[in-house]
Amino acid sequence: MKDRLKEEEVNREEGERHILSILVENQPGVLSRVAGLFSGRGFNIESLCVAETMDPDISRITLVTNGDMGVVEQVKKQLNKLVDVLKVLDFMGGDSVEREMALIKVRAKPENRAEILRMVDIFRSRIVDVGAECYTVELTGDEGKIMAFLNLLKPMGIKEIARTGAVALAREKK
Amino acid sequence: MKTFTGAEILLKSLKEEGVDTIFGYPGGAVIEIYDQLDKSDIRHILVRHEQGAVHAADGYARASRRVGVCLVTSGPGATNTVTGIATAYSDSIPIVVLTGQVPKVLIGNDAFQEVDIVGITRPCTKHNYLVTDVNDLGRVIREAFYLARSGRPGPVLVDLPKDIMSMQGSYQKGRNVKLKSYQPTYKPHLKQLSKVINLIKNAKRPMILAGGGVALSKASDELRRFASKIVAPVTTTLMGLGTFPASDELWLGMLGMHGTYRANMSTSACDLLIAVGVRFDDRVTGKTDAFASQAEIVHIDIDPTSIRKNIPVTIPVVGDCRVTLQILNDLLEKETLNGVRKVREPWLRQIEEWKSTNPLAYDQKEVTKPQFVIETLYKLTGGKAIVATEVGQNQMWAAQYYHLDTPNSFITSGGLGCMGFGLPAAIGAQVANPGKLVVDIAGDGSIQMNIQELATAVQYKLPVKVVILNNQYLGMVRQWQELFYKKCYACTHMEHAPDFVKLAEAYGATGLRATTPEEVAPVLKKGLALEGPVLMDFHVEKEEGVYPMVPAGAPITEMLLV
Repeated sequence: MKDRLKEEEVNREEGERHILSILVENQPGVLSRVAGLFSGRGFNIESLCVAETMDPDISRITLVTNGDMGVVEQVKKQLNKLVDVLKVLDFMGGDSVEREMALIKVRAKPENRAEILRMVDIFRSRIVDVGAECYTVELTGDEGKIMAFLNLLKPMGIKEIARTGAVALAREKK
Repeated sequence: MKTFTGAEILLKSLKEEGVDTIFGYPGGAVIEIYDQLDKSDIRHILVRHEQGAVHAADGYARASRRVGVCLVTSGPGATNTVTGIATAYSDSIPIVVLTGQVPKVLIGNDAFQEVDIVGITRPCTKHNYLVTDVNDLGRVIREAFYLARSGRPGPVLVDLPKDIMSMQGSYQKGRNVKLKSYQPTYKPHLKQLSKVINLIKNAKRPMILAGGGVALSKASDELRRFASKIVAPVTTTLMGLGTFPASDELWLGMLGMHGTYRANMSTSACDLLIAVGVRFDDRVTGKTDAFASQAEIVHIDIDPTSIRKNIPVTIPVVGDCRVTLQILNDLLEKETLNGVRKVREPWLRQIEEWKSTNPLAYDQKEVTKPQFVIETLYKLTGGKAIVATEVGQNQMWAAQYYHLDTPNSFITSGGLGCMGFGLPAAIGAQVANPGKLVVDIAGDGSIQMNIQELATAVQYKLPVKVVILNNQYLGMVRQWQELFYKKCYACTHMEHAPDFVKLAEAYGATGLRATTPEEVAPVLKKGLALEGPVLMDFHVEKEEGVYPMVPAGAPITEMLLV
């Protein structure tokens, strides 16, 4: 009885963000199986990123989702049930290193250029393309850093952005 | 190395998996395979609609505990199997569906009879494959059968492009399949089991809920041993019917929306619920917050996703039902449970009281009651028939009034609730059990969904007996309309139905009819004794309802009793 109550309490903490690192067989259709599982069962995908690992037969899908403990637990079980899924890791809090890359095309009026360059410097990002009216900036960081940078650039006029979504790896034990 | 065509490799692989029967329907994309099939000793049952092929393979699997196989062509042949695949998926039935596909070079070109069946069936198969290299074919077929029957069983689809079937490729005899990404847990955690034993020892009002998993893992004997050892009454889900003998004194009847009064009351009053091979479907639990609210719940299932999906549990046990019950029984052997019967006494007495308060009952007057037909069928067959059902009222009355003592003898679409399932499934069950009496209990609505399979039964001399409870209504929907929609019987009155007796005769089967209660027993007797398929049309009370009934979303103790 006690255990059941505890579980229900935990369920009430809603909307925790989880980064799931999913190792899958590099088979055609596997992404569709994973994505279909989320849409079919009403789970959220905040971002999703896929690429091969060192072993060309295995890909890593890094997927950011949110939900209460019960939902995320079910998500992980359902993922593990897919025949092509080898392993599901759930990174929460400080147990992983997380990075995302964003390309940001920002309007660079002559009076703003110095300010943009300063911010690029502060955020340790780079300008990777320069046009007559725009700079394209490359930035890496966790979600918070990227959001902060975007907020600062917003008043100058962001024309377009492209973001990779998070990738993550577990931290080594110290 | 000697090479073979894809079709040859396919047939060799099927033989190696022990396949003796395929239910199918030919077409352009599978001609190559049929050409080979004709030369093999695998029996082919030609159905009249691809949906019938999957349901028949499914019925075959349920009644024989083997993997059912069906073979259809590309495009419409493949899409016609989807309903049947979803049916098997919902009930975890091991089938392998082989679909033809357009030649590899044409895939993606919107070719004639092309459809992305692998994409379509992804969410309703356990796994599926598109074979793109003839040299993979043997391995894929082996994996397909292995996946279908192992762990939590389910349907697996293999899509076979036409050109691959005529290509030459190598074939190696089977080795054991090993998939590093798929390793079902058969053996449960012993630590969890000792916790279960402790709960059992301390429980005053324990009960067992058994589901389809018990049938699938062949755990009936262990279940019976377990129940009698710990002296706990047993209820089952619809899918679990037959896994515990209805003649046993510990039997409570079915649980849930149309469960018995005492099963529903017991579940709400018990202090320990041991759930084995169930997934807590909403038709079983009713309002989840109120379900077994006084109980510690132990949930044993091979599929971790079933556990804590709908119902919070005290002790989750991931493992095969049979293996787990076996170990539990062994562990209990070492325990002293001498006084247990005495401790359970008040609980069993209470249940006995519930039994007599609101037993399943009906009032047989001038017009035949559908329950009376089932009860008469039960008496005439001694409960020994394999019973398939369609879906709706007929299915629930069958579940309530045809009492089963053996597993794998109740063939019903539980999870998906698929009308039109019964007749083809009965055909499959009959193929698997040539000497046995197989009866399909049907309604006048659902029988018409796959009535064409009567021709299949006649062609292959499969003596399936169909009992139609003919009330000229889509009865279950009508019942909901009566209770919850102010008797507005929108579109549920089937005013026109064919003359089932003439229809049976047109197909070459025998048709019989009973319009009064007095005719019920004689018609059943005659029909069951006849050789060959028989369709029996029973004109029953038009507005009879299935009771008890728990309105959807209500606690299971809130039963409408008449």
